[in-house]
Amino acid sequence: MAESSFRVLMIQLETGESKLIDFGDRAQWLGGSGLAVALYQAYGLPDAPYDDPQQPLIFAIGTLTGYFPLMSKVICGFKSPYHNQYAESHAGGRLALALRFSGCDAVVIRGRAPQPTALGIGTGGAVRLVDVHYLWGEDVFATGKLLRRIFPDDAGHRSMLRIGPAGEKQLGYACINVDTYRHFGRLGAGTVMGSKLLKAIVVGGEAGLQLPGGQAYNKQYAEIHRQVTATNLLQKYHDLGTAENLAPLNAAKALPWRNLQQTSDPAIDGISGETFAAQTLLRQTACAGCPIGCIHIGMLREQFAGDSHFQYREVGYDYEPIFAAGTMLGLTNAGEVLTLLDEVEKLGMDIMSAGVALAWAAEAFSKGVISESETLVPLVFGEVAGFKAAVVHLGTAANEFYRLLGQGTLKAAAAYGGEDYACVLGQEMAGYATGEVFFTAQSLGFRHSHLDAAGYSYDQTQSGKDVEKAVAFLVEDERSRCLLTSCVGCLFARKVYSEPVLAECLQSLGWSEAGGRLDAISREVQQARWRMRLATGYDPRQVPLPRRFSEVKNWKGEIDLPYLQALRGAYAGAIEKLGRPA
Amino acid sequence: MKRLKAVRMERCIGCHCCSLACARLVHQRLSWETAGVRIQSSGGLSTGFQARLCLACDPAPCAQVCPTGAYRQRPGGGVLVKLDLCSRCGACAKACPVAAVTLDETGRPYVCIHCGRCVPFCPHECLALVENRTHQEVSHG
Repeated sequence: MAESSFRVLMIQLETGESKLIDFGDRAQWLGGSGLAVALYQAYGLPDAPYDDPQQPLIFAIGTLTGYFPLMSKVICGFKSPYHNQYAESHAGGRLALALRFSGCDAVVIRGRAPQPTALGIGTGGAVRLVDVHYLWGEDVFATGKLLRRIFPDDAGHRSMLRIGPAGEKQLGYACINVDTYRHFGRLGAGTVMGSKLLKAIVVGGEAGLQLPGGQAYNKQYAEIHRQVTATNLLQKYHDLGTAENLAPLNAAKALPWRNLQQTSDPAIDGISGETFAAQTLLRQTACAGCPIGCIHIGMLREQFAGDSHFQYREVGYDYEPIFAAGTMLGLTNAGEVLTLLDEVEKLGMDIMSAGVALAWAAEAFSKGVISESETLVPLVFGEVAGFKAAVVHLGTAANEFYRLLGQGTLKAAAAYGGEDYACVLGQEMAGYATGEVFFTAQSLGFRHSHLDAAGYSYDQTQSGKDVEKAVAFLVEDERSRCLLTSCVGCLFARKVYSEPVLAECLQSLGWSEAGGRLDAISREVQQARWRMRLATGYDPRQVPLPRRFSEVKNWKGEIDLPYLQALRGAYAGAIEKLGRPA
Repeated sequence: MKRLKAVRMERCIGCHCCSLACARLVHQRLSWETAGVRIQSSGGLSTGFQARLCLACDPAPCAQVCPTGAYRQRPGGGVLVKLDLCSRCGACAKACPVAAVTLDETGRPYVCIHCGRCVPFCPHECLALVENRTHQEVSHG
């Protein structure tokens, strides 16, 4: 209890050596985002490419992980194959608690294994490397099933990370699948695993920790549990889940359709959150340590032969995957969307990047910029069969076209044309055509993610066009998120975990020093992340904004391009200031 | 006597809040394993969850094999626990037919004491305190 330093498991894949070290100070970094960037500062190679064998792949939990509800996420820090710069990705599942009970605050994996390898991490940081050359080429689901037999210990509590063919083939956006339904999705963490010949990681910690005496901690826990379950603060995440946003965004003409050629379509009824729930929802499940249960699993029932021969699959769905594999591709049937999501899962790709890349390909195909000699199958909006085949071609880098598309839509567009309608905001866009502030936030933001800051919300709730105010909002919102992602809490809980509440949580566990300087910690983490991003080559003034984004029409009317450009210039300036060397 | 029963496990979302509550409130630990109720997936997360907890046997095999009296028969099923008498022999865990007794790294046993403190932390009422049926009632359906 109340140790000031972190316990970090250092693993060298080349030699199989590992050791637990004491690292850093909780009162400086808290954990999560802060710990990951501190570890990259210490062990990363800012000037070397992402696939340099000694680049670290970092997984970090935080000081509050497991101690309070929704403190259930893990931060992955790595050099991204997408842009060869420092990046973060976040995931839940059982990984956070499994790491907590392994006794490790973070794991740093360096080196390249001599052959395809699975890494087992157990209680006390016990490490086991297993030659799994026979799993190379297997899809994510088959790999998971076989891993359960290869690592029989801690059955029922293990967390299993694995990559699919996309990570092996070094796409720019291969994901790491976590416990079947969660992912380190964006910016290619799975590709880094592939470059290390690391097919899978199994974490099976079972050690318990002593809690402080007295009532302060238990009272604090009970109150937060009450807020997240007995009030309606988080009800929507369990009910329809994030998919509930499809219909309202479509109604607001802010939902990207058919490669952002439209922002609304009456066919939304076929793939709304309500429809997914009514037609496909099998059950909800949760990350360990979170009572919400936001993970929605749909059932895909398919007749595979005559008479009554059926098979079924359980497929996770959310707002963003339905946008990427649904509206962007013009698919308006929930079953078809699940079919595609299932295929993307198997290959191990980030669904948002894969879906948006294929949406660009479909528009390029319709314009004659590319043909079947590149795409191998016809890619037509609304026709699922072509996209299903294309997902396999993309995930396996079947030809030069798909290899380039797998590095990022703009890479393919640079070679074939069609850059104007590549829906890329730093990386393939998230599902918000809400306007100038979101386009600014995602195109320049630290993770190029809708989760960096709530730009989409600002677009919907603020009517003015005050550049300074909007940029100040993005910077401040990012700072507050840095705090939660250093604890590491789920961003869905941001309304519950205000700064004073987080301070009380830390104090109830004996980390009063950290609890007393949360504002300073969050600023230091925010700046350290930007410094590392800039040190690895990022120039926010060089991020292109494809023309398609200036052609968008939503409920507010046309995009105000001068306002958008002013926002991007001002936000780039703010980023440069945040990332200025200390 | 009431007992804790996993009455609606088909609703379980795998959040582990019950195990964490037991470990926290009964044992003053942060753990999902050293607890009287433990949630596990069986064959991967796509197959749902099962609860491991004491079925409130009467007579209780774990109490019958305990050589020190640390586990004694609880009237109405289950066991009364006096940890200060426990010799860490682990016989209780071996005797339990449903693996409801777990040992930590020191050999200390953990078992459900049917106190119900986990119940309010389950978001979907999977767990409940119910009246235990006597052996006679069970035998006669």
